[in-house]
Amino acid sequence: MEILCIGVNHETAPVAVRERLALTGKSLQETLGWLKGLEGVREALVLATCNRVELYLVTENESGQVVSGIRDHFAERFGLAENDWDRFHYQHDYHEAIAHLFRVTSGMDSMVVGEPQITGQVKEAYRQAVHQKTVGTILNRLFHRCFHVSKRVRTETELAARAVSVSYVAVELAKKIFGDLRNRQALLAGAGEMAELAARHLASHGIARILVASRTLENAKRLAASFQGEAIPLDSVPASLPQIDILLCSTAAPDYILRAEQIREAMRMRRHKPVFIIDIAVPRNIDPAVNTIENVYLYDIDDLQGVLQANLEERRKELKRAEAIVQEEVRTFLAWINGLDLVPTIVSLRERAERIRAAEMEKALSLLQTPVSAKDRKTIEAMSQAIVNKILHDPVSTLKQADEKGDTPGLVEAVRKLFSLGPQKG
Amino acid sequence: MDVHFFYLALFFYSIATVGYLAYLVWVKKPLWKACRAVLVAGFLFHTASIVARYAEAGYTPVTNRFESLIFFSWLLVAVYLAVQTRYTLPVLGAFVTPLALGLLLMASFRAKAILPLDGQLDSRWLPAHVWFAFLGDALLGISACFAAMYLLQEKILKKKKIGPLYYRLPSLEILDRLSYRCISIGFPLLTVGILTGSIWLKSSQGAYINWQDGRQTASLLIWFLYAGLLHGRLIAGWRGRRIAWMNVIGFLVILVTFLQLSHFQK
Repeated sequence: MEILCIGVNHETAPVAVRERLALTGKSLQETLGWLKGLEGVREALVLATCNRVELYLVTENESGQVVSGIRDHFAERFGLAENDWDRFHYQHDYHEAIAHLFRVTSGMDSMVVGEPQITGQVKEAYRQAVHQKTVGTILNRLFHRCFHVSKRVRTETELAARAVSVSYVAVELAKKIFGDLRNRQALLAGAGEMAELAARHLASHGIARILVASRTLENAKRLAASFQGEAIPLDSVPASLPQIDILLCSTAAPDYILRAEQIREAMRMRRHKPVFIIDIAVPRNIDPAVNTIENVYLYDIDDLQGVLQANLEERRKELKRAEAIVQEEVRTFLAWINGLDLVPTIVSLRERAERIRAAEMEKALSLLQTPVSAKDRKTIEAMSQAIVNKILHDPVSTLKQADEKGDTPGLVEAVRKLFSLGPQKG
Repeated sequence: MDVHFFYLALFFYSIATVGYLAYLVWVKKPLWKACRAVLVAGFLFHTASIVARYAEAGYTPVTNRFESLIFFSWLLVAVYLAVQTRYTLPVLGAFVTPLALGLLLMASFRAKAILPLDGQLDSRWLPAHVWFAFLGDALLGISACFAAMYLLQEKILKKKKIGPLYYRLPSLEILDRLSYRCISIGFPLLTVGILTGSIWLKSSQGAYINWQDGRQTASLLIWFLYAGLLHGRLIAGWRGRRIAWMNVIGFLVILVTFLQLSHFQK
């Protein structure tokens, strides 16, 4: 038996190739069906997202034919140029395929490390394969395991911690300044997309009040309504500043809408309670000199990007710890697979020995000059059994011990060869 | 016996300090739990060293440099552990344990013998004074640690230099609130400590204050500094860096006074 992962992803193939291979709906169903029908394939699953197309397969030994069959099929079906498939695809065998799936599901292989959508996409791919009955013992177990691994990675490492979108970074910073956002007030000036998104995040973190100012009061009202905010005209922004803890600016104004002097005045009126100003507008809405005022924290779009990069770097640092979890889980999974081979091997080893013993016993008894009493027969019987048991004791207990350590595959194969037990079924 | 416990405490605090500092910069979750366990072990030996000395000497062991340093650092750790039960703030450990360790290291260079008690020190007022004043100082010390953390986090947020500390340190709001809370308990204790000290002085030397004693003058200075800080915060609305700096400086003055000036301690 072999386990394979064959595919392309955002690192190995350009989008021009990935989009050709895009498998959705009907074409996904067809591919699954085709794979399952392919000679030598026992189980199959297709994972297709916009960043990757991967086939997970369980095949008979000697998977070469399966692999070349897939190559020909894909080249023909998706009209790939000569060599394109060879250039862009990757293939992982056995434990590497298992590790790869664990990494993919945990978001370790994603473009944005730790992003959560991939787990859902893997679940969907598995559901589809279950629906078409293309998965069996091995892939069922493997995919259940990969969701468990993904959960472990997310809870035991900080791979998915730290904001990696500009709007979320803004919220994270607000929390580093204010702690709890529940009794804070925010003002959203202008209706840029990112600012709006950040305001939504603030609302979902329980901010007490959101004011929305826009050039036209109509726009402000419409936007405010969508997150229970209050609309105010743009020119009354300076007047409401003293109550505002978080100011989000994204107006299209060609010049600064607030000058340092105005902020300084507002700070006096609010008794120097801290203020967080997020200026996502380009050109900027707020005079950069404002950042020099005590207790004012001004972040423009580049500053937020800087924090975002630092956060991504933090996530990448977690990859090493996540990899340790993956390796541990791969070992557990391999031990399970080996266990699958182990029990039948021990059983057939015992059966074979018993067959030989019984046959030899009969042969010997029939050759005896004088017939033996029932009691003597029992004694001879017991002796032959004892010989068999003593000879088998060490191999069997060695196999069992090896199983506990997880290094059976070589031994199982050796035992099967040495005792002519035939090829493995598992 | 007490000296053996003292060295054990010193040993455990050294390990805890290294651990907490490592945690502060790069290590992940499980480490701080180990640090806490080591610190608690150190604290138990620390406590044992004080109890053993009390049992042996028959008086509260705060009559010389060695004893005072041990007692003060013990209170610092005690207050930290108490704070730790309410707020999970392992980062604070990275500030408190080096401080406690430093005090113990200084103590280790001092004469450790138990001496017969000087008549002046044999007063019921002395333990009362020491308990209040030292506990007040310890709370102000923890408050200063929060203030130092505030200053670090403030600088990071202002300069936008995101590093490991940014992730580790709590929010400005929490740091500000906790440092204020520590002062609001520590300051009244310090006040009672100064009053009881004054009464003790009256009973032993006949005057409530001895202006020639730099320590007493410094205590008054410290008291006014913290009174000013509280006033500024409550009445004038001082915030942020200014108040945090005053807090840190206030505690540095306490430390210097504590370490430098003491004409009656050997």
